[in-house]
Amino acid sequence: MRGIQGIGLFLFLLGMLVFTILPFLGSYRLSEAMVKNQVKEIHQEKLAELLQPLYGQNYPSTHAFLTAYSANFDPYNEELKAREAWDQVIWDDYGFALAKAAGEGPARSNPWTCLMLSIGLVVLGGVLFQFASSGSKHTSLAHTGVFHSSLKNRGFLGMLTGTYLIGFYVILYWFPAYLSPWVWMVEPIAQFLSGGPASQWFLYGLVYTLAIAVMGIRMVLKYRDNKYQQLRTASVVFFQTAFAFLIPEVLVLLNKPYFDFKNIWPLDYDFFYDYQIDTFISSGGLGLFMLIWGILLIVLGVPLFTYFYGKRWYCSWVCGCGGLAETVGDGFRHLSDKSLKAWQWERWMIHGVLALAVIMTGLTIVNYFSSFSLLGQVTNQLHSFYGFAIGSAFAGVVGTGFYPLMGNRVWCRFGCPLAAYLGLVQRFKSRFRITTNGGQCISCGNCSTHCEMGIDVRAYAQQGQNIVRSSCVGCGVCASVCPRGVLKLENGPEEGRIHEFPILIGNDSIKLRS
Amino acid sequence: MGSRHFVIIGNGISGITFARNLRKGDDKARITVISGESPYFFSRTALMYVYMGQMKWEHTQPYEPFFWKKNRIDLIKAWVKTITFESKILVFDSGETLKYDVLVLATGSKPAFFGWPGQDLKGVQGLYTKQDLEAMEAITNVPMERAVVVGGGLIGIELAEMLTYKKIAVTFLVRENRFWEQVLPEAESSLVQKHIREHEIDLRLGTELKEILSDAQGNVRAVITTSGEEIPCGFVGIATGVIPNVDFLKNTSLMIGKGVKVNSKFESSIPDVYAIGDCAEFEQPPGPGRRNLEQVWYTGRMHGETLAYNFCHEPVAYRPGIWFNSAKFFAIEYQTYGWVQPEPVDGLQDFYWEHQDGKVSFRMSLDQEGKILGVLNLGFRLRHEFFDKAIREKWSGEKVMQALDKGMFDPEFYAPYHLGIQAAFKQQIGGDIIPSKKSFFQKIFGASQ
Repeated sequence: MRGIQGIGLFLFLLGMLVFTILPFLGSYRLSEAMVKNQVKEIHQEKLAELLQPLYGQNYPSTHAFLTAYSANFDPYNEELKAREAWDQVIWDDYGFALAKAAGEGPARSNPWTCLMLSIGLVVLGGVLFQFASSGSKHTSLAHTGVFHSSLKNRGFLGMLTGTYLIGFYVILYWFPAYLSPWVWMVEPIAQFLSGGPASQWFLYGLVYTLAIAVMGIRMVLKYRDNKYQQLRTASVVFFQTAFAFLIPEVLVLLNKPYFDFKNIWPLDYDFFYDYQIDTFISSGGLGLFMLIWGILLIVLGVPLFTYFYGKRWYCSWVCGCGGLAETVGDGFRHLSDKSLKAWQWERWMIHGVLALAVIMTGLTIVNYFSSFSLLGQVTNQLHSFYGFAIGSAFAGVVGTGFYPLMGNRVWCRFGCPLAAYLGLVQRFKSRFRITTNGGQCISCGNCSTHCEMGIDVRAYAQQGQNIVRSSCVGCGVCASVCPRGVLKLENGPEEGRIHEFPILIGNDSIKLRS
Repeated sequence: MGSRHFVIIGNGISGITFARNLRKGDDKARITVISGESPYFFSRTALMYVYMGQMKWEHTQPYEPFFWKKNRIDLIKAWVKTITFESKILVFDSGETLKYDVLVLATGSKPAFFGWPGQDLKGVQGLYTKQDLEAMEAITNVPMERAVVVGGGLIGIELAEMLTYKKIAVTFLVRENRFWEQVLPEAESSLVQKHIREHEIDLRLGTELKEILSDAQGNVRAVITTSGEEIPCGFVGIATGVIPNVDFLKNTSLMIGKGVKVNSKFESSIPDVYAIGDCAEFEQPPGPGRRNLEQVWYTGRMHGETLAYNFCHEPVAYRPGIWFNSAKFFAIEYQTYGWVQPEPVDGLQDFYWEHQDGKVSFRMSLDQEGKILGVLNLGFRLRHEFFDKAIREKWSGEKVMQALDKGMFDPEFYAPYHLGIQAAFKQQIGGDIIPSKKSFFQKIFGASQ
């Protein structure tokens, strides 16, 4: 077993190395035909002219190519901006599309080989490693050692992983052209699924889905005596693979709008953007169904399911962000901040983002129905601010990049507007609670330590009080890590759900209000 | 009542529960808590998890440091050397003094050592205090092949689990012929023993420690058992019970037996001096089946609650409710509610069920009339509120069985052990029991028995 574990780790690291090197293996040679192919019609002539000096030149690296591209393209745009000729400015970023078209390299000539040697090895090594390690650790030791681990306790490996993830997200969101060799590698898969070319988002979706699946295997093995954890993990793997990854691609293949049926506004913050609405309305019956389905989820799905099962039905059983947090992020859950201060920050921030999303969407809709007479293009500015600050920087860079630094639920706890909405329902109108088992708590603190949402579970449990907190995503790990059988996630009658004055069972001398 | 100065010696669960509850009921009292062990209250129950890297030290502290200032509870980190009861003055080992109006002794326990030759060697220790944890971490960080744990109780098995985490082989000496014989019936003992051995612990039943041998530097080198065997080891964990930590109170005017003698209101032999928790010894057992010394975490908490109440209201006698307790043996959780006797008792009837995989069991003790006296469950969880009520209201065994699904406390989708228990009860004891039905989701997704 030790041997297989070692081989698994070796293959995983080798795959990561190949994966990391690939973007550096490529050269670029641009032609006028490529520009005409990749660029919108209205920009074709101008760009073809501006990029003339690049044609036929060989650029040995992505960076060299992009530098040349900027050197020829940027001055034109800057000049327009300086003149405030806004309607002539080219807002589209063609860097990625042109790099992808102009590139040559192993990932383009041998996509399958490169895919197998990078992502393939990572997956294979990861799976081998998980299977081999699970045998060596008894289930009762499932949570031991996390604070003795360099990776899981902000040691060197943790910092390294965090840096890598943050770097990945920054490049993905703002410098995707550098990733074009990765995208070449997944081009055949995209062609097969959607019949169209791969984008950086397709690559990201594929990697994301595989990460959830491989680390989902880890969860199932780690919790092999825990049916709740296994089902929950199977559920997030299913929703990610089918709903978030495959169905939208197949929809594109069928010439329908790309749509994730489980993504809900305001997490899906562009649901009500004018171009989305236009897409829905112009896509026939299915498009209309998508629009109605999305609205039904907001007004009926969220309150109803949350009433019966708590917000966990979404956050730790369905959601993609939650899916990643619960699988890839599981090893970092104990890094969440449990202080009262963190809770105060949390409430301001998450409800602040909810308010921002609601205001932005409200303005968008009003503007849409007034045919843009009210606010004109102001909502676009708002959209790009939200997309940058919340959609990319917060949810992506901080949300995932900070796993090894601040735990696996930073986004879900401090930023997700849908989590805020679900949380309000859970707190005030739900049958869900974590029941405290009478007087059995020994205040050991395992529950609080391993709560990914940073809830001080012990503070409630030790006074015999049920836990009814808006942030609880119902992952169930507190109940699993408790050594005395004190905590149970339950749906039950609303009566007696909230203990205003809890009483610890076991002392008949007095009836004490804790 | 004015603003009396309450001084509490000991910041464990008893002392801190007292301090917190006193503050809730009395806004004016001046409250000081003294401890030489650690500046802040921490959960002793979590020491093993710190050792095993499952928690960090700060996670053991249930209250953030600001809590104490906010609640005006003064904390002093010092050891008390002597107490002058006549003038109500404490003397710290630094020589400084502190005057009190009311003194609450909550000094807890310490590991019991029985005068074995070599018990003072380096590498021989109990596990009770923060200092014990630190010493154990320091010693076992040096590579060693084997350690010996002495004493088959709850701390003993914790020590065995901790050492196993560090990949140190463990020989576990248990004086009794089966594990935790004073509490567990035979079937449960053997279930736990099997589980201990599965973790590659060398469990020696009916074996005692005779002597501890030293190397040239005064470190432990080996132990000799009562059967004369020499077992080489680098660490010896002593877990042969605890005794009240009252040495510094001996030879004073305070009446001491095993612990500080108190009545049912925690009053000692000296006015304005009280004792709670592990260090208190009741003149009369506080309830049927209870002991004069209650050295359990839960009872310590209840002592603190009750005494604090007594300073804020008309004083009442301490009267514990239905007994309960819990523990964990490696992966197997243990709970008990009410009374289950470790040996068969004439006139009482036991119903026992064990799952075929040998890791889950349920026992219910019934009186002559078939009414529930208590339950003891291993490997699954039962609901405190349910069994507290059933035992208090003296339900018949049949009634308990009929409602057992409401008494289950395992996570959702876990195996419905209550179905097997109900069927076994019907077979062994009889009665008109309609087995519970599985819910729709349980049927589709739940674990099978």
